[in-house]
Amino acid sequence: MADTKTTKTNSSGIRRREFLATGAAALAVGVTGFPAVLRAQAAPVKIGLIHPVSGFIAFSGSQCRAGAELAIADINAAGGIKSMGGAMIEAMLADSQGKPDIGAAEVTKMTEAGVHGLVAGYSSAISLATSQEAAKTNTPHVVDVGVSDSIVSRGLSNTFRFGPGYGKVAEMAVANLDTINKAAGSPAKTAMIVHEESLFGTGTAELLSKQLPGIGIEVVDVIKHANPTRDFTNIALQIKSKKPDLIIPANYYNEYVLLARTLRQQKIEAMGIYSVLGGAASNLQFVGEFPEAAEMIMDCNHWYDPKSDVALARRKAAEAAGLVYTYEVFLAYNAVAFLADAIERAGSTDQDAINAAMASSTWDNHGMPYGPTKMVNGQNEGAQPVNTQVQKGEIEVIYPEEFASAETVFPMTM
Amino acid sequence: MPDSAIIIPSVLNGLTTGGLYALVALGLTLIYGVLHIINFAHGALLMLGLYAVYFLNVQFGIDPYVALLIVPPAMFALGYALQRGIIGRASHGRDENILLVTLGLSIIIENLSLYFFRSDTRTVDTPYSFDVVEIFGAFLPYPKVVAFFGALITAALLWLLMSHTDLGRAIRALAKERKGAQLVGINAEHVFAMSFGLGVACLGVAACLLLPSYYVNPQVGGGFVLIAFTIVVLGGMGSFVGALIGGLIIGVVEAMGGLFLGESLGQLGIFLIFILVLIFRPTGLFGAKA
Amino acid sequence: MTSAQKLLMLIVVFGLIALAPMLITQESLLNIVIMTLYAALLGQAWNILGGYGGQVSFGHAAYFGTGAYAVAVLQVQFGINPWLGLVVGGLAAATVGAFIGFCTFRYGLRGSYFALVTLAFAEVLRILSNSVDFTGAGVGLLIPLERSAANFQFASKEGFFWVIWAMTFAAFLAVWKIGNSRFGAQLMAVRDNEDAARALGVDAFRVKMGAIMLSGFFAGLAGVFYAQYFLYLDPHIAYGAAISVESLLVPIIGGMGTLFGPLLGAAFLHGLSELSRAVIGDAPGISLVLYGVLLVIMVLFVPRGLAGLTSHLRSGRPAQPQSEEGKGHA
Repeated sequence: MADTKTTKTNSSGIRRREFLATGAAALAVGVTGFPAVLRAQAAPVKIGLIHPVSGFIAFSGSQCRAGAELAIADINAAGGIKSMGGAMIEAMLADSQGKPDIGAAEVTKMTEAGVHGLVAGYSSAISLATSQEAAKTNTPHVVDVGVSDSIVSRGLSNTFRFGPGYGKVAEMAVANLDTINKAAGSPAKTAMIVHEESLFGTGTAELLSKQLPGIGIEVVDVIKHANPTRDFTNIALQIKSKKPDLIIPANYYNEYVLLARTLRQQKIEAMGIYSVLGGAASNLQFVGEFPEAAEMIMDCNHWYDPKSDVALARRKAAEAAGLVYTYEVFLAYNAVAFLADAIERAGSTDQDAINAAMASSTWDNHGMPYGPTKMVNGQNEGAQPVNTQVQKGEIEVIYPEEFASAETVFPMTM
Repeated sequence: MPDSAIIIPSVLNGLTTGGLYALVALGLTLIYGVLHIINFAHGALLMLGLYAVYFLNVQFGIDPYVALLIVPPAMFALGYALQRGIIGRASHGRDENILLVTLGLSIIIENLSLYFFRSDTRTVDTPYSFDVVEIFGAFLPYPKVVAFFGALITAALLWLLMSHTDLGRAIRALAKERKGAQLVGINAEHVFAMSFGLGVACLGVAACLLLPSYYVNPQVGGGFVLIAFTIVVLGGMGSFVGALIGGLIIGVVEAMGGLFLGESLGQLGIFLIFILVLIFRPTGLFGAKA
Repeated sequence: MTSAQKLLMLIVVFGLIALAPMLITQESLLNIVIMTLYAALLGQAWNILGGYGGQVSFGHAAYFGTGAYAVAVLQVQFGINPWLGLVVGGLAAATVGAFIGFCTFRYGLRGSYFALVTLAFAEVLRILSNSVDFTGAGVGLLIPLERSAANFQFASKEGFFWVIWAMTFAAFLAVWKIGNSRFGAQLMAVRDNEDAARALGVDAFRVKMGAIMLSGFFAGLAGVFYAQYFLYLDPHIAYGAAISVESLLVPIIGGMGTLFGPLLGAAFLHGLSELSRAVIGDAPGISLVLYGVLLVIMVLFVPRGLAGLTSHLRSGRPAQPQSEEGKGHA
């Protein structure tokens, strides 16, 4: 049954195929420059990519896959895994269809087909299942997005997460909000949380509700809404009647868009819209399509370091390949790059060696506002979200200061 | 407790939302009332309609309301073809087969859309997207008010069609007494296909009126299916007036449930109504006696 | 086929399946067998109520999810051993079945009305489990990883194989017994013509209640298995439409109201799914399109389900409408 397709071609169009072809061409040029053609003959390193490219979260899944494939193409173009004789990375693709059981089944198939490492899940539920399955064979597994903290608290030595979990995100969100509020003379005293009903929304809302009073902000209401929610007018009315200083959304793209539109229609004004893992707030598509609704919205979310050349170059390349540069793209990119770096340092495809290399990694060529990697129990302690604000149609980083590309505007002057 | 000042705006908003729901339910009640088909593909077909409206707008600059002249007839043709070509042939006398075939169709339609249109969410930008109509202190979004009246007009047109045209009479005859209708020369296959086509055309109308206040992606249909079923059951299967009133009721129940129980738990109101109506009054408010 | 022959065939089939762990070394293949048995269990549970009882349910997730949550909640919140949780889960699911059955049968709901109401109940449970703390609400429940047989978690798939094999075998034996008992005869009489059955003195309400509870029990067992196999649950996984759809797809494709239908259906659907994934590869959605197309073709050309097809092939007579069971003798 070892016939999971291993291929460099992929789901969405000519642009990426061309891109990869360009990468391959660059590689070919590099190789013919060397007389030792034997180098390029090293056995490929197989990295499995399991994402929900169909089903409910198909968009996020396909963005993750795209980011991961870009990383593989870039690494191969730069010479592959040099410590293994320039071995090329080969992607093994699978669709989890948004279901944990299918994700787990794909892991089993891949481990049998000799996969050397996995980057998966996007969704926390799927990542929990895939990493657990991978743990049975100690196959190295990097979780790309999944923000649930349970992922890294099961004591699995094969499971790593390069990005932050929602515990860290909530903590930073509160701390940065405190800074922002104080810098403006503490005008904000009340907040209302609007969150989606499943794992990340509920978990984030719980943490925020506990921590916000600690910085002098009273949570006047917490509204949990379904996925999908077809209409936000009711919620907008409740926001209007409670008149919070801050509106704090934590939800997915579709609902965020509807909420933002409805807030405008109902003429609701607040001192600030401060999302935490807001679905559209740090999303270039949203900003592009609804510039007025997006203006001045703040978010505490995954974002790249705007002062890093590496990050800017990657964004350019992704956009040239026709992708909207969303968090799924760069988080998955980094998950792959982190894994590849560990393989490079391990110098082999031995699982224990790779897992040990990941655990001791200090990789810092990520273009993220993380500083050098520091893995504790599988979680990169350096990982953190940043605060962004949409200003004049651009997503700027406003906190932490060392990564800031613009000054905060608070309260929102609309 | 919610502030009393927002209750009236919430009810008014619920009514407009209910109008949108009614539009989706109108097609379903026609299909169920006549063909006794529980159409699992209803959501997927709505999604196709939404994409049609989207592409007409983005590629040709056609306003969604103008698309009312194009999309419903196209959807009618699609529905006719589906019923005549696939669904009608599948029943072999067993209801379960219709269920399976519409389920299969919904899988095919959703995943083909995923492949061709990709998974990102698209919205249309119309000049009136952010406009509001002010009534009794409530800001009702303009597109939803239009949808509300659209639902009323569509229901009225359907009623006229059913009661005053030959086709309507044939459909009613066939729904009531199939063998008898066939005996008097009504071509069952053709009329069934026309009915299904009409039902899907209603989805086309719904799509044109829905997109300005919503969005489209391959999964968007799923969010409306259960609500549509609830409305059909509440209003009475096969009754347009029922679908309309049922839609309005459900819209208001959803709004009130959201205010008093919370938006997530408030969805319970809809399903409890569904269950209670089915248990105590399965013919619904306006349905024919079982 | 007489019922003794059916029992023999059942034992032979499950005996052969039991050889799987010895013959199959690839974990991924064993996983397919496990998931097929799991689907057969779900489908057979549905079959009791839908195939033999004639009450089509669109909301079997209600029982599945209850079983799953029962074992998860007992472990996570109360530290109760999951083997005990297995029993509780099955019984809890049966109780939910009794509740739903009472609400619906008592008021004479049948046919599509019944089907739709079961859908609503599953949704209600989903919404409730999303709002209540002890189920973890939206965050869901993560069962702590502690691999040991005593803990109903196994290091290798083989342990899980035996559990699902046993559960599924039990369900199939139960259905065999139904086909060979007075209860079953009454149930099928109610299915074929409830009013006539009543006229003959059958207590339709009691019989249908028995069916829904038994059906719920086995679906609950499937839920317990899922929870222990994947160790994570949320309202969407437990009570979502996907499970309800799978529960009815399997027996309808395989042949409603037949003993082996659910097994045939499960094998066919899983085989189909693996085939489409292998053939189509990675284009998103296309393998599902193939799956949908094959489903539609199946319905168009093999309407009585696979079991009907095999009886047609075997006997050379046109396949019986609806089911082999209950026509003549029980």
